[in-house]
Amino acid sequence: MNKKNNLINVFYLLVPGFVLLISFTHIPAVKTLMNSFYSTAKGRRASKFVGLENYETLWQDATFWKVFSNNIIYALGVIPTSILLSLAMALWVNSKIIGRPFLRFSYFLPTVLPLIAVGNIWLFFYAPGFGLIDQIVTSLGFPSLNILGSQESSLFGVMAVGIWKEAGFYMIFYLAGLQAIPPDLKEAAMIEGANKWYIFWRITFPLLTPTTLFVSVNAVINSFRQIDHIVVMTQGGPDYASTLLLYYIYESAFVFWDTAYATTLSVVLILLLCLIAIGQFFVLDKKVHYQ
Amino acid sequence: MIKFNFKVVSIFALLFSLNSFSAKSVELEFYFPVAVGGAAASTVEELTNTYMELNPGVTIKPIYAGSYTDATTKAITAAKGGNPPPMAVLIAIDIFKFYDEDLVMPWDDILSAEEKENWVGGFYSAFMKNSQIDGVTYGIPFQRSTPVLYYNKDAFREVGLDPERPPQNWAEQLEYAQKLTKKGSDGNIERYGIRIPTKGFPSWLTSGLIYQNGGQMTNGLGTETFLDTPEVIEAVQYLVDLSEKHKVMRPGTLEWGATPKAFFEGQTAMMWTTTGNLTNVRKNAPFDFGVAMLPAGKSFGAPTGGGNFYIFKGTPADELEATKDFVKWMTAPDQAGVWTMATGYVAPRPDAWETQAMKDYVADFPPALVAKEQLAYADAEFSTYENPKTVKIFNTALENVMSGSISPADAMKQAQIDIDKILKDYR
Amino acid sequence: MKTIANFLSERLNVIGAWLLALLWVMPLLYAIWAATHPIEYEANFDIFAPLTTYNFTNAWSQAPFARYLLNTVMMTTMIVISQFILCTFVAFAFARFEFPFKNILFAMVLLQLLIMPDILIVENYKTIRFLGLMDTILAIGLPYMASGFGIFLLRQTFKSIPKELDDAARIDGAGVLRIIWNVYVPLSMPTFVAYGLVSISFHWNNFLWPLIITNSVETRPLTVGLSIFSMSEAGVEWATISAGTLMTTAPLFIAFLIFQRQFIASFMTAGIK
Repeated sequence: MNKKNNLINVFYLLVPGFVLLISFTHIPAVKTLMNSFYSTAKGRRASKFVGLENYETLWQDATFWKVFSNNIIYALGVIPTSILLSLAMALWVNSKIIGRPFLRFSYFLPTVLPLIAVGNIWLFFYAPGFGLIDQIVTSLGFPSLNILGSQESSLFGVMAVGIWKEAGFYMIFYLAGLQAIPPDLKEAAMIEGANKWYIFWRITFPLLTPTTLFVSVNAVINSFRQIDHIVVMTQGGPDYASTLLLYYIYESAFVFWDTAYATTLSVVLILLLCLIAIGQFFVLDKKVHYQ
Repeated sequence: MIKFNFKVVSIFALLFSLNSFSAKSVELEFYFPVAVGGAAASTVEELTNTYMELNPGVTIKPIYAGSYTDATTKAITAAKGGNPPPMAVLIAIDIFKFYDEDLVMPWDDILSAEEKENWVGGFYSAFMKNSQIDGVTYGIPFQRSTPVLYYNKDAFREVGLDPERPPQNWAEQLEYAQKLTKKGSDGNIERYGIRIPTKGFPSWLTSGLIYQNGGQMTNGLGTETFLDTPEVIEAVQYLVDLSEKHKVMRPGTLEWGATPKAFFEGQTAMMWTTTGNLTNVRKNAPFDFGVAMLPAGKSFGAPTGGGNFYIFKGTPADELEATKDFVKWMTAPDQAGVWTMATGYVAPRPDAWETQAMKDYVADFPPALVAKEQLAYADAEFSTYENPKTVKIFNTALENVMSGSISPADAMKQAQIDIDKILKDYR
Repeated sequence: MKTIANFLSERLNVIGAWLLALLWVMPLLYAIWAATHPIEYEANFDIFAPLTTYNFTNAWSQAPFARYLLNTVMMTTMIVISQFILCTFVAFAFARFEFPFKNILFAMVLLQLLIMPDILIVENYKTIRFLGLMDTILAIGLPYMASGFGIFLLRQTFKSIPKELDDAARIDGAGVLRIIWNVYVPLSMPTFVAYGLVSISFHWNNFLWPLIITNSVETRPLTVGLSIFSMSEAGVEWATISAGTLMTTAPLFIAFLIFQRQFIASFMTAGIK
């Protein structure tokens, strides 16, 4: 096996994938990203080069900062909660608990229900007056709630749906991780009299680190990329209270057709994700070797 | 060396052969949105099928394009991608956007003087207001609507109001709403008097209040709005007072889509919503209900709404001819009647109400006439250049007012300033 | 003393697990309720409410769901298989070969992970049209087939496989494809399953791109059909939406119920390396 042959092999292996990558991601991305230095073209007005003006607009756009902080709150709320819940789910489903198939099915369920349809069912749960949550809340004697209709709570209403959608999905990965842990490790610890918490924190959880990293990369990306529920449930309102960055981009691009601003926002989101994700990949890259 | 074995190659061949599922033939594509559920989609298909039977040379391909927003996205993407459909039904108020993007062509370019006079001239003038720019016709009214007041007659009887006499003006509307608002034993309000939803199409319903108050929202040319005028501010004040001051409407922004259900469940005794809901309410309201014109402020007033037929630039002449023929047929009295009866949209031409089928329908279901009567007082829907942006600014301001965080005057003045910034380029 | 505490914590565990499961399954329970009862019971829960099949027949008649389901299955199958093949090739090159510009090329792969494909819709539409693939199932999948996520995942997995294994195969005279197929693919099964799952759930639910790039009943996926029920000017009809959702997701449920044992097992066997 010589070097030249290797290069030919590499060429054949890379070409099909890279042809698609370049033609459907890189070329369109470069073409699109150029837009962030131009004004938005209108049929009757050609775009003109504006340099960094779009970025200045963004810097001064109060809505952008609001949306940005919404997204931080969303990520801080959804990522840890859904990861913790998914870990708990996996531990339960992996133990000899009563009704295991039912639990497994229930937790996994949101993954297969398209948000475009289920978003409407959640809309019913949240509806003030006749909605399920309000029926329960008022029958217990509490005042009626307009969760999606008030600025204080609409983001949280959307977050709950995000957690519901994600947790069961991550559970699958934890389940796989748990089942890969050799049972004799735990048995040995049991014999030495270690309690369950000790076993979990000292043995199980450390062995799940690669899974946790994989799941958290996914969770970070999803917390910036999932907006279907917002499209169906709140359209980002009231007053941008439940607007996330990608929804703002979506709105700029496909409702306002302000392509220049949409791409400017995209550039910022991509840079942000780069910062977070590259860091995570870095860790993941190192950690994975120990197995 | 890599040996690309036969298996790999054949898998690719298989994958790429899925390609052959595409349908290819010469035909007129026609994008349409569905805003009132599946009945609309099947009616569009039935109508096009009938048309094709009558016109064997022409194939019409109706393409469901999602909600109004999705349909616009699809049409603009197709046009920017160099592949515009000959025609599409899209929301009427985006007229300035399509003009600005240079995507649509004037109907006037393909109509004879006779057609302009008799066909275009035959639509209700209220519907033409969102269909023309400077007198040039860009949209042909098709699925058009107007908001009306629905009220629960049983609730009216319960509180001693005459079920045959809906509120006629703002004062009565408030007075009735106060009577109809009912507290439960637990202190929560069990039934509100009225519901004017402020999420979904807020600028639409609010413009009704503004017109009733003698105000104007835009200059009709798409270049100027009048949000900081006293008429507009008073109208918004009236709306927010219903919930904040008089407590006859549920506080916070109220979801459009859940409004009919709240009405059916008896949680609001009156609601403002589109005539497009007539069929739905008729089918599902478990009580005796009435439909009335929106109550008058200084005068009666309401916006029109809904979608128009647009034709796209770059369509070959023979296709344009066929498109024109098809759209004329679709808006002709018989077909407009079928469409109205199936969906609840308002037949856009006076002559459509004169067919026997429509006469029977109206005789059987008189509330259908309310919309027609209201057209006499109806005005254009809020529409400017950069319409989605300006509407969003107005809606956001309204959401803030409804949540009580800002006064109507401050919110509307700020909205006017923000909109001015956008529209100054177009003046 | 200790046993009582244990007993209690176990009980709490069971209760917690079940409460969470009930919470999670609520939307499904509600969908079943709304779909099987007349519309006036959408928000009124009365055990003696009459049952009906009207919502199902009504939803079914509003769009060609059987065809849409077939399209969705074809589309996801095609995308996942192509992703497996293409990403395996690229990932293998990155994991096992040295070549010029390797880091730059890998950065290009990672970049794709961070770019939201929806933003590129207009440009990709032009490309698809240029290729003459408008309104095909292939067109829905093409932009997603070379996936940065898949390449990254598989590269990680391949790197963790001991090199001695493929050296042994090489000595036997196996070519690269044979080594991938006989050594790397079997040892990476859990990654393929996990990635397949991520991919299926994404493409099964994708809406905007398929809506824009397709025009025919023969090519459109389920989400396009389901969207007909939402965003309605006439108010949300929960009974119809529920019936539509249940009908269209039922195949996925059934598949999951049948295969969940094998599915978990495949993770398990592959996990013990």
